[in-house]
Amino acid sequence: MCDTCGCGQSEPTIRKPGEENTHSPEDHEHSHEGHHHHDHDHSHSHDHGHNHSHDHDHDHDHGRGHSHTHAGDHTHPRKIEIEQDILGKNNLLAERNRGFFEAKNILALNLVSSPGSGKTTLLERTIRETGKELSFFIIEGDQQTMNDANRIAETGAPVVQVNTGEGCHLDAEMVNRAVKKLEVAEKAILMIENVGNLVCPALFDLGESFRVVIMSTTEGEDKPLKYPYMFRSSNLCIINKTDLLPYVDFDMARAREYTRRINPDLQIIELSVKTGEGMEQWYEWFKSKTR
Amino acid sequence: MPVRFSFKSPIYFIFTDGKPHHPMHEFSIAMNIVDIATDYARKENASVVKEIEIEVGELAGVVMDALEFSLDIAVKESILEGADRKVIKIPGRARCRECSHTFAIHDLYTLCPKCNSPAPEILAGTELRVKSLLVE
Repeated sequence: MCDTCGCGQSEPTIRKPGEENTHSPEDHEHSHEGHHHHDHDHSHSHDHGHNHSHDHDHDHDHGRGHSHTHAGDHTHPRKIEIEQDILGKNNLLAERNRGFFEAKNILALNLVSSPGSGKTTLLERTIRETGKELSFFIIEGDQQTMNDANRIAETGAPVVQVNTGEGCHLDAEMVNRAVKKLEVAEKAILMIENVGNLVCPALFDLGESFRVVIMSTTEGEDKPLKYPYMFRSSNLCIINKTDLLPYVDFDMARAREYTRRINPDLQIIELSVKTGEGMEQWYEWFKSKTR
Repeated sequence: MPVRFSFKSPIYFIFTDGKPHHPMHEFSIAMNIVDIATDYARKENASVVKEIEIEVGELAGVVMDALEFSLDIAVKESILEGADRKVIKIPGRARCRECSHTFAIHDLYTLCPKCNSPAPEILAGTELRVKSLLVE
């Protein structure tokens, strides 16, 4: 529940590390669109200026019948053709984000994966190793806790945590608000770590420049077939934890084949965040996108 | 097949395979449907929505049971409460990128039945639209 207005809607919170116990109104500047606090826009009184008193008595018969404005009269059901994309609102806001990123030369990456594939660890190492030459800003998405933001804060990179509460994905509005709070600089790399989930985030464009899907060798190599929406909509696939290959049943050739079947254009980078093997390829990949 | 629900939280969900699932994106979609209907009804000065038609493609990434369940919750105390819901399912169609063969498709991993090429272009089946409202 929102303490500011008392409404019962579960709203995402967006906080920087250290703000756990503070509660400022801008933490959740919800637009109140969804709940009906201000429905007054239809109280206009329909004056229509017909008060002119017509003293001169030629009785024009008003044959046009002014029946068109009386809101209560609509007793006949009528069909309104809408044809509106259900995700249209998110897509529109995502395009606004994208325009902002382009204008500021910001490279925005949407990192998606199952929980536990190593997204946060990948970010930590990436920032430690390339943060001197590049400027990183991080948005962490999780249902609950500040844990990931606190880990990123240790690296020194500016970070905000979006807690989606009951939500299973980030959306364009959350990113829009998080970016405002972060005050992302020009020419920065904005890493958006989505909620760990290969299903729901697939349908929600955030306005990112590229989508990066991460899988790891402790998962099944058939992840691309099981979650094709995510793999189809991604631009880069990172296969993490290659240091564990000798100990697990993960079949790399098959993983590549399944990935190709869903998305032949998807580039694949194999790496181990733990040992550092392959990390250079990943750095090259995003550096090439900033040029 | 019966669908069983768990009310641990309003949007936690158990599917027919008995495994608990993540809270789902179908709930966001249901909320968007309610918002769209509310906006249009207001624009049209309608006080009642009798029926809503929704188009859902076979490949839209939406589980119908989950969407129906989410809508049951999302329409409460909205203009859609009590409205009939008509869901129009749009079948998947795809065209092979290699041989241009056009075929029916029900998932995203099927290969072209003629030349075995992967990842065909999707022609239809990703729709997710509010088609119409019947209002008073």
